[in-house]
Amino acid sequence: MSAIERPQPKKTYADINYLLKEAPRKQHFITGAQAMAEAVKRANVDMAIAYPITPQSEVMHLVGDIYAQGHIKEYYRAEEELGTMSAIAGAARAGVRLFTATSGPGLLRGLEAIVSWSGHRVPAVLGILTRVINAPLSIQPDNIEMAYMLYSGAVMLHAENQQDTFDMTLAAFAITEKVDVYIPVAVATEGFFVTHAKGYVDMFDEEYALPAFDSVAAPVPAMDNETPPARIQRDAPVQKSNFMSYLIHAVWQQEIWDSNRRAMKYIYEYLGGPIEVQNPEADVFVVASGCAAAQAREAHRYAQEEGLSVGLIKVRAIRPFPKDEIRDAVKNAKALIVPEHNYVGWLCAEIKAAIPNGGIVVEGPRVYGGMTLPVELIMKEIYTSLGLEYDLKL
Amino acid sequence: MSLKYITPAERFKRYLPKDYVELVDYGPFGKTQDEAGPGNMGQFKELVEEHPMCSGCWMAYYIRLIFASLPCPEETVTLGTAGCGRLAISQAAVPFIYGNYGDQNAMASGLSRAFRIRFPDKTKDVITIAGDGGTMDIGFSMTMHSWIRGEKFTTIMLDNEVYGNTGGQESGMSPKGAILKMAPLGKQGEKMPATALAQAAGCVYTVRMSPTNIKKAAKIIRRAIFVAREVGPTFIHAYTSCNIEYSIPTEDVFADAKEKEKTRFQFEEYMTDAAKEVIERVEAEEKAASKARKAASKAEAV
Repeated sequence: MSAIERPQPKKTYADINYLLKEAPRKQHFITGAQAMAEAVKRANVDMAIAYPITPQSEVMHLVGDIYAQGHIKEYYRAEEELGTMSAIAGAARAGVRLFTATSGPGLLRGLEAIVSWSGHRVPAVLGILTRVINAPLSIQPDNIEMAYMLYSGAVMLHAENQQDTFDMTLAAFAITEKVDVYIPVAVATEGFFVTHAKGYVDMFDEEYALPAFDSVAAPVPAMDNETPPARIQRDAPVQKSNFMSYLIHAVWQQEIWDSNRRAMKYIYEYLGGPIEVQNPEADVFVVASGCAAAQAREAHRYAQEEGLSVGLIKVRAIRPFPKDEIRDAVKNAKALIVPEHNYVGWLCAEIKAAIPNGGIVVEGPRVYGGMTLPVELIMKEIYTSLGLEYDLKL
Repeated sequence: MSLKYITPAERFKRYLPKDYVELVDYGPFGKTQDEAGPGNMGQFKELVEEHPMCSGCWMAYYIRLIFASLPCPEETVTLGTAGCGRLAISQAAVPFIYGNYGDQNAMASGLSRAFRIRFPDKTKDVITIAGDGGTMDIGFSMTMHSWIRGEKFTTIMLDNEVYGNTGGQESGMSPKGAILKMAPLGKQGEKMPATALAQAAGCVYTVRMSPTNIKKAAKIIRRAIFVAREVGPTFIHAYTSCNIEYSIPTEDVFADAKEKEKTRFQFEEYMTDAAKEVIERVEAEEKAASKARKAASKAEAV
């Protein structure tokens, strides 16, 4: 039976603001993978394409179940990630709502297609369940693949926990389809630490869903031979090497990055802004994103108990990067500690580039290869920054 | 609404580019092959008129033929990849999607499935048109898997037996022994058996040909599209020589195509029973419709 002939669950369609802010919620104790899939279930997705890789697979298994239950119209397992990401780009031209997810090496295999999604104006949501990039082989969490996404043009959100994963995934569908954005939105969270661990997630009832994808509300109309303007004008200067093609590419890329910046107002509207600040008057801030922000939150709590002047800045949006917000939040800070789940310190580099006094940034602590991030490592940096001794016991 | 979406409002027409208006008035949209098809090319506004291909380019000729043969251009979307072909395909008055390297069949999988869920009561023809490198080398996995999954769209491989657009390198479809760039001592391996691979992967209709006969080539293109609508993946492997990289004098291009027809591109048509059924039905319907039209116009004349 074709996907659209199967019985579809009854839905009540509602605006994203109602769903995120007003719809009554109940608490559930679920994994991050479940949280992402539950958001997809409520997003009225038309089509999802899957290719297995640990630790992402769990998400796309659950999305497959949702498809089998009739919440999604089309779903298939593609040949590999480049095929997956290309098929997403193809399906986007037909004007449908799309979801896929991947991890580490899979993201890199699909990267040629993913980095062109923005240029192709593909309004899709991509789950990134972070994982080590080989070699040596490891399937463990390490968010280094996010570094390769920074210049893809996509909007990037980084979820701290299961609740964030649910809310950000849902918001991502609304953001990607805004006419003044219309570039992909990636929602990243740490593999295993979040995807395979349970946490409390407040969710509204699964009867509620986003309204259907509006293929007309697009800056670049669907190529469905239905949506005007008709595409029968015959010239494709961009296919040639001449000055027009250089110009077209240049202005097109400018527009993509402008679109990326324009996503910021929706990050404010739906997610309360790109950063969260605790204890804004502090001398020392721990600045972190994703799972590291959960550990930073713990360190902040310890520090409060010990009466230290420590604040927390959680970075929710990696692209567009909240330069102004961070610069403003840390203008009186004496030190910034940036814990990360990767070797290269991409968040650290972003923060240093955003502020005039990069010297106050402490590079680390960093763990990688799948290791956990003990709060004590962050505490040691806090103590050191405050000129105190810290007896590190792990 | 596809014909309607092409047709401009009467009052708006005078502000549109002349080329656009002529396409609507004198193009093949909504017309039969008798009215606007390969049989009377030059007597209607063709979907491809200008292109930057080399003089004597057999590929440009075949692309022109593909577009003149489309059963329903107003409901067609083409996809392609890097290569010479895209320079002409992108000049056709049919939506063309250019993705990344060799990903045309993966994109077409997503596109055709999405069309089916959005327009369950309509027929949207999805056709990938790519070169031998895009189809059989860099896009090999995506080509094969689209066939293995039974994706319902048409794949046309423009086989010039070389990477023409990147400057003449050996491809998987180059013949054994051919001295080309990146094969300075001659190609080591055999030419890939494209149609055999297609059949093994589940294509329900495959043709290998050197398109020297316009009528026959057009019939094959239409068959491949009709079968893909209803049955499954279809594949045309067409010889479209590169007269530059293989040093074929422009005036000898046709003779070369004729010669290849006797050797590497001997006509081969394969179809499953289900495909045959569709072909027989559609062609009988077309014949009957054409007969009826002729009878009607005769009656009118009388």
